[in-house]
Amino acid sequence: MRLIAKRPEGLTKTRLTYCPGCLHGVAHRIIAEAMDELGITDRTIGIAPVGCAVFAYNFFSCDMIQSPHGRAPAMATGIKRARPDCVVFTYQGDGDLAAIGTAEIVHAANRNEKIAVFFVNNAIYGMTGGQMAPTTLPGMKATTAPYGRDVEDTGYPIRVCELLSTLKMTYYVERVSLLSPKEIIKAKKAVKKALKYNAEGRGFTLVEMISTCPTNWGMDPLKSREWARENMLPVFPVGVFRDRGTEKEPAISEKKAS
Amino acid sequence: MAEKVLMKGNEAVAEAAIRAGCRHYFAYPITPQSELIEYMAKRMPQVGGCFLQAESEVAAINMVFGAAACGVRVMTSSSSPGISLKQEGISYIAASRLPAVIVNVQRGGPGLGNIAPMQCDYFQSTRGGGHGDYYTPVLAPSSVQEFADMAAEAFRIAERYRTPVLIFADGMLGQMMEPVVFEDDYGPTADSSEWALGNRSQTKRQNHIVNSLFIDPYELKEKTEKLFEVYDEIRKNEVRYEMYNVDAGPKYLAVATGTAARVVKTAIDELKDQGIEIGLVRPISLWPFPYEAVAAAARGVKRVFTIELNMGQMVEDVRLAVAGSSPVEHIGKAGGVVFTPVETINLLRERCQ
Ligand SMILES: Cc1ncc(C[n+]2csc(CCOP(=O)(O)OP(=O)(O)O)c2C)c(N)n1
Ligand code: SF4
Repeated sequence: MRLIAKRPEGLTKTRLTYCPGCLHGVAHRIIAEAMDELGITDRTIGIAPVGCAVFAYNFFSCDMIQSPHGRAPAMATGIKRARPDCVVFTYQGDGDLAAIGTAEIVHAANRNEKIAVFFVNNAIYGMTGGQMAPTTLPGMKATTAPYGRDVEDTGYPIRVCELLSTLKMTYYVERVSLLSPKEIIKAKKAVKKALKYNAEGRGFTLVEMISTCPTNWGMDPLKSREWARENMLPVFPVGVFRDRGTEKEPAISEKKAS
Repeated sequence: MAEKVLMKGNEAVAEAAIRAGCRHYFAYPITPQSELIEYMAKRMPQVGGCFLQAESEVAAINMVFGAAACGVRVMTSSSSPGISLKQEGISYIAASRLPAVIVNVQRGGPGLGNIAPMQCDYFQSTRGGGHGDYYTPVLAPSSVQEFADMAAEAFRIAERYRTPVLIFADGMLGQMMEPVVFEDDYGPTADSSEWALGNRSQTKRQNHIVNSLFIDPYELKEKTEKLFEVYDEIRKNEVRYEMYNVDAGPKYLAVATGTAARVVKTAIDELKDQGIEIGLVRPISLWPFPYEAVAAAARGVKRVFTIELNMGQMVEDVRLAVAGSSPVEHIGKAGGVVFTPVETINLLRERCQ
C-alpha cells in the first residue's frame, strides 16, 4: 500500500473545532507540515490567539501557550528572549493582529523580533459572530456594520503586509491565499520559509493568509472561496513584500548609525 | 559582611533583582519609577541579561507572561496608571500559574493624578486587580533596604506558589536614598521542568501547554478551586508584619504600612515621651493581610487609627480584622501630600484625648 496522505506529526490527534469548510484547518496543516519537514517541532513554541484559533494549543504538538487578545507578538518576544534556541510562532486572526494588537505587531516587526507570525485574514471577527474587522472590505456587511462598511466612517481595510514592509528591519513579509490547492502549495512554501528563517535566527517573518469564514459570511465553502478571490484579492494582493534573505545588500547595515 | 552603599530605592530593587538571578526585565517608562527602568537598561547587558523597553505596559506585561512561561526569573515595574494597564496580563499570569514579579512605584491618582507618592492602589493591589477570581501576594517595603530585600523574597514566593507577586512601593521609597546592603546568594531558580515551555529535543518530554482557558464550567470551577487551595497555603505561610511599641499594652493602636508607617513610628516615639502610648502594626504583606495580628493587637485598645496616604482603603481590612472590638478611624490624605512628623504627632495627640 502506498501512503498518499497522513496527519503531520506537528498536529495532535485532537479533532479541530473549526466550522466545516473553514480554512483555519488548512493553515494549521501547512504549518505543521512545515515544522515536520524542517524537523523543528520539538524546539518550537507556538502561541494561540484569542479568536477562532484559540484552541490551537490543543491542535499543534509543539509546546503551546494561549495569549491575551492581540498580545501574541509581545508574548512571543518574551518567550524568544528567554528561549533564544527555540523557534517561536504566533497564529493570529485579523481582529487579534490588526485591531486590538496593532501596537504589538508593529513594534515586534520594527524590532525585527526573531519570531514567525502566521496571520489569517478572513475579513471578519469569526469567533464572536461576524463583527466588522479592520480588514472588512468596503461595503461588506458585518453584524456591527449592518449597512455595509462605510469607509468614510470606519476607514479602509488595513493592509498589514504593506504597512509592515515599510519598516526598515522587518525580515520577511509575504501574503498568500488558501483558496485552491495550487495556492495552498504556494502558501506552504511561504510558511516553511518563514519558519526556516526563524530556525536560522534571521529575523521577523510574517505570512498573511487570505482565508474565508463561510459561517459568518453566510456562504457555502466553495462560494466563499470564489467570493474571496473576487473581492479580497484585489484589496489584498498576494506577493512577497519583503525578503531580506534574497536581497544582495541587506536593507540596512547591521551597525548603528554614527 | 557585604559593603553598604547609598542608593535610591528604585535602583536598589533593580540591583537586588539582578543579584537574585533576574535576567529578564521588560517595562515602559513612567515617573516615579524611571530610575528603575534606566538602571536595568544599564545593568542587564553587563550581566548578560535581557532588558527591553516595551511599546507599552500592556506589551511589557505580556513579554513578562511569555518569559515567565519559560521558567526564567522575570520582572516588570511601573507606576499606578501603568499598573492599571497591566491588569489583564496579571490576571492571565495568575490563572496560568506562572511566577513573575511586578513592582508598583505608586503615584497620585485617580486618572493621571500626579507623580507624588501615594498608597491609593491598595484596593487594586490586594483584591486581585484585574478580572476574575484571583489574588496576588503583595509585599510593602518601608525602607530602601527592605525594598531591595523584597526582590529576592518576591521571586521566592512567586516560584514557590507559581503566582505573580506585587511589590507595593511609592514614589518616596523609589526616589529617596538610603544605605543598603546586598546579599549575593539568593538561591537557585525553582525547578520548572514540569511545566515550562522550551526546547525538548534533548529530553523528549511530552509537549507543555500553558493556558488559562477552561471552556467547560466544571473544569474552570476545579481549576479555580485549586488556585484557592494555593491561596490558602499562602495565607497560612506568608503573612508578614512588624509590631512596634505593643508590648506595654498601649491604649491606642495605629496600623500603617510603607512610607506612612515610617512617619507614624517617629510620631509614636515622640508621643511616648509625652506620655501617650500608641502601638503600631505595620502590615508587610498586604495580601495576605495580617488580620490575626491586627485583631490581637487591637484587643482592649480604646481606638485604632489607620494611617494611609489615601482616602481610606486599608482601613477596610483593619475593620475586618478588628471586627467591631474597638472603633477604627482612618487618617489619610489624598493628592500625594505626605504627612510630616509634626502633623502626625498633632493629629494623633488630638485623637488620643
Ligand atoms: C480583551 C478582549 N477583548 C475582546 C475579546 C472578545 N473576542 C474574542 S475573539 C474576538 C475577535 C477575533 O477575531 P479575529 O482575530 O479576526 O479571529 P477569527 O475569530 O476571525 O479567527 C474578540 C473581539 C476578548 N476575548 N478579549
Ligand atoms: S466562525 Fe468562521 S473563521 Fe471561525 S471556525 Fe467558523 S468558519 Fe472558521
